[in-house]
Amino acid sequence: MAKKLLLDKVHVPGIRSYEVYRKEGGYRSVEKAFRLTPAEIVEEVKLSGLRGRGGAGFPTGMKWSFLAKPEGVPRYLVCNADESEPGTFKDRYLMEFIPHLLIEGMIVSSFALGSNVSYIYIRGEYAWITDILESAIAEAKQNGWLGKNILGTGFDCELYVQRGAGAYICGEETALIESLEGKRGNPRIKPPFPAVKGLWDCPTVVNNVETLAAVVPIINEGGEAYSKIGVGKSTGTKLISACGNINKPGIYEIDMTISVEDFIFSDEYCGGIPNGKKLKACIPGGSSVPILPANLLLTTAKGEKRMMNYEGLSDGGFATGSMMGSGGFIVLDEDQCVVRNTMTLARFYHHESCGQCSPCREGTGWMERILKKIESGKGEMKDIDLLWDIQRKIEGNTICPLGDAAAWPVAAAIRHFRDEFEWHVLNPDKCLTENFGLRHYADPIHVTVTA
Amino acid sequence: MADEIKTFKVTIDNITIDVPVGTTVLNAARQIGGDVAPPAMCYYSKLQGSGGKCRTCLVEVAAGSTADPRPMPKLVASCRTTVMDGMIVKNITSEKVKDARAGVVEFLLLNHPLDCPICDQAGECHLQDLGYEHGKAGTRYEFPRRTFEKEDIGPYIQLHMTRCILCYRCTYVADQLTEKRVHGILDRGEHAEISTYISKAVDNEFSGNMIDVCPVGALTDKTFRFKNRVWFTKPVDAHRNCDTPGCCGNTTLWLRGEEVYRVTARKDEWGEVKSYDGKPGWICNTCRFDKKKTSDWTIEGITKVNRHSVISQGKYDGLVMPKETIQKVMGGREPKLLMNIHDESEVNDPKIYLSEINGPAHSRNFEN
Ligand SMILES: Cc1cc2nc3c(=O)[nH]c(=O)nc-3n(C[C@H](O)[C@H](O)[C@H](O)COP(=O)(O)O)c2cc1C
Ligand code: SF4
Ligand code: SF4
Ligand code: FES
Repeated sequence: MAKKLLLDKVHVPGIRSYEVYRKEGGYRSVEKAFRLTPAEIVEEVKLSGLRGRGGAGFPTGMKWSFLAKPEGVPRYLVCNADESEPGTFKDRYLMEFIPHLLIEGMIVSSFALGSNVSYIYIRGEYAWITDILESAIAEAKQNGWLGKNILGTGFDCELYVQRGAGAYICGEETALIESLEGKRGNPRIKPPFPAVKGLWDCPTVVNNVETLAAVVPIINEGGEAYSKIGVGKSTGTKLISACGNINKPGIYEIDMTISVEDFIFSDEYCGGIPNGKKLKACIPGGSSVPILPANLLLTTAKGEKRMMNYEGLSDGGFATGSMMGSGGFIVLDEDQCVVRNTMTLARFYHHESCGQCSPCREGTGWMERILKKIESGKGEMKDIDLLWDIQRKIEGNTICPLGDAAAWPVAAAIRHFRDEFEWHVLNPDKCLTENFGLRHYADPIHVTVTA
Repeated sequence: MADEIKTFKVTIDNITIDVPVGTTVLNAARQIGGDVAPPAMCYYSKLQGSGGKCRTCLVEVAAGSTADPRPMPKLVASCRTTVMDGMIVKNITSEKVKDARAGVVEFLLLNHPLDCPICDQAGECHLQDLGYEHGKAGTRYEFPRRTFEKEDIGPYIQLHMTRCILCYRCTYVADQLTEKRVHGILDRGEHAEISTYISKAVDNEFSGNMIDVCPVGALTDKTFRFKNRVWFTKPVDAHRNCDTPGCCGNTTLWLRGEEVYRVTARKDEWGEVKSYDGKPGWICNTCRFDKKKTSDWTIEGITKVNRHSVISQGKYDGLVMPKETIQKVMGGREPKLLMNIHDESEVNDPKIYLSEINGPAHSRNFEN
């Protein structure tokens, strides 16, 4: 069994309550943190090599050290619990079953960053989790972990939960800040970055739920010890929410030393594909990251086993690789249609675009309509090239990464599954009743050997 | 030395200039002028916070600064990017920019109704200009264009949501010029729309300025609706002693004969409201909608109009020749003309001002 740092206690009965959580060693990291200076905590987080778990994988310690500290201006820590990326549901599990872990991590992080008022911005649809978090916060406050002069240290900290109203775009950190301020959730134009001008124009750090929870084991075990778990720049453990055509969908905490193949087929994790079907494709890091056919998923273009970590999943760049993203692992078996799958994702981004910038506002809907046309057997060959051209003109030309997130899945689907698209165009009737199937997508890849 | 203004050197399309620290790439390019200035559909220098949305002003940064000469990985919105010392920018000399801009123009026109023949903005529409200069003939979009439920926003301003490009300028006008904004953007993505939510009249002494900042025909003057085409009217600069606080009283009257068809603020060469002593020349609704007699005004003379505008249509002088920058962009080389029309034909001699000809022009007007 791999080492668990976040979910090791999640099955202890009653762990959701303060008493049990505390008895199991909870809030130790806060006591320890108060014996350090804020700068020392930031240093531990830097040492740990922790990378943001919200999708971009930016080193957390570095992000914290960028926080501007002008005299007399408050600073804020905001936890991003908007979790709306299709395929991603790890934060939900963590908050629902072990809410005190997030609160503990937020107290330590607030102390390190000098935030006296910190927020959890939670996805509107997670209404019942808001209640869980709020009662956990009340318990923590009753027991002196929040409020004025915490544990006699002179540090004050209040924690508030704010519900979103059901918009994916409010997970983008600057849209989240706008929404938290009570405005329309439009992403801001950067610079300035939140580290300089964030919430109420004050320096702000926005971190994912899992990132902030990971601060607890980092402080408990030390940054260096944490950095020894995992491999290379993928340190610590990562929560993966696995779904799709697998025997055991759910949340797994992995230490990033296993291969993608083991993750899908071993009984410890996904337990293989149900009904004796074969693996066709996978979106390994949430709906925004490139889809890979089975062969490139399990083996890199260099012919090596692909590993379940930041470097492994992105090996080969976008040409032959993908991304760790937010850890939403979506598996497609041989009965799934990539065109239909891509259309579903395109519909999502079309629906969720904020509409501020022209390429994303106009391009996302256009892509969805063309995909719908191809999927319903009315497509023409030129539509495939048109799709490619549209995604190319959105990518990189928008205010926020939602534009890229809408473009990448379409690009990757055409890059790796072009013949499936063409088959739809050439078989307008058949494609309505049958699927293209597995075809060559799991065949071994020819690896050129250079002498 | 305290009041010496610190400047940065920036090179845009091979032309180097010094600009004060804090200048945006777009404003630096406007100082050079001509084709080097990127088109801007959402940025408006007099409206704080505007820009960054339409993406027509994207440029390539080939070198970030002298200190860090690395190129920027993506194209940047020139209206929201400040110049660094030694920055090298490519606008019309960048293939990437041309490609991306053509894409943006296509996106902006995708759902546009193309109802120019019945649109009051035609002739002074920035989207028409943009499409003409950077767009392609024909569209690759084959789906129904989106429509919106019609909304009446009061007696002065006509809203045509299908023409809106969501530049947000009118919301900034409402925020920055009026006490209370009563309209805004509802819904999101493709369905985002300008609305007052409960069909409220947009009624404020300065609301009319939204018409002037709207780059397209989404907000037009209801009192001018379908009355005339702008190129049939004659713009003259005029002023009156207006006692509305904040109104500059300087306007352009759009005349036909003695009749005042429309009153607008005066515009500068970028299509923005002109500034007087650094203050934007916004006008009040009294000047705009209620003073429709020439006797209300002191007329100063004919308005200078950009030559590229159809309003110029050769009926009066006062044309402003656009600045020629191409030779400088090309390092001093003259552009090679395939044929100079004036060598081939005497018609349309550039030295003859059509406006000075009494009545319609005849071939004899061009005989030397
Ligand atoms: C459209 C969009 C949606 C996003 N949604 C989320 C989200 O739901 N949760 C999250 O943690 N980060 C989300 N992000 C990433 C955040 O902008 C930000 O990078 C992240 O919260 C930083 O936290 P981290 O450094 O701990 O990963 C989203 C980004 C984009 C562009
Ligand atoms: S990329 Fe899309 S979601 Fe992001 S700001 Fe632009 S329109 Fe809004
Ligand atoms: S109505 Fe005009 S000014 Fe307002 S957002 Fe639309 S295009 Fe811009
Ligand atoms: S003018 Fe710069 S993005 Fe619109």
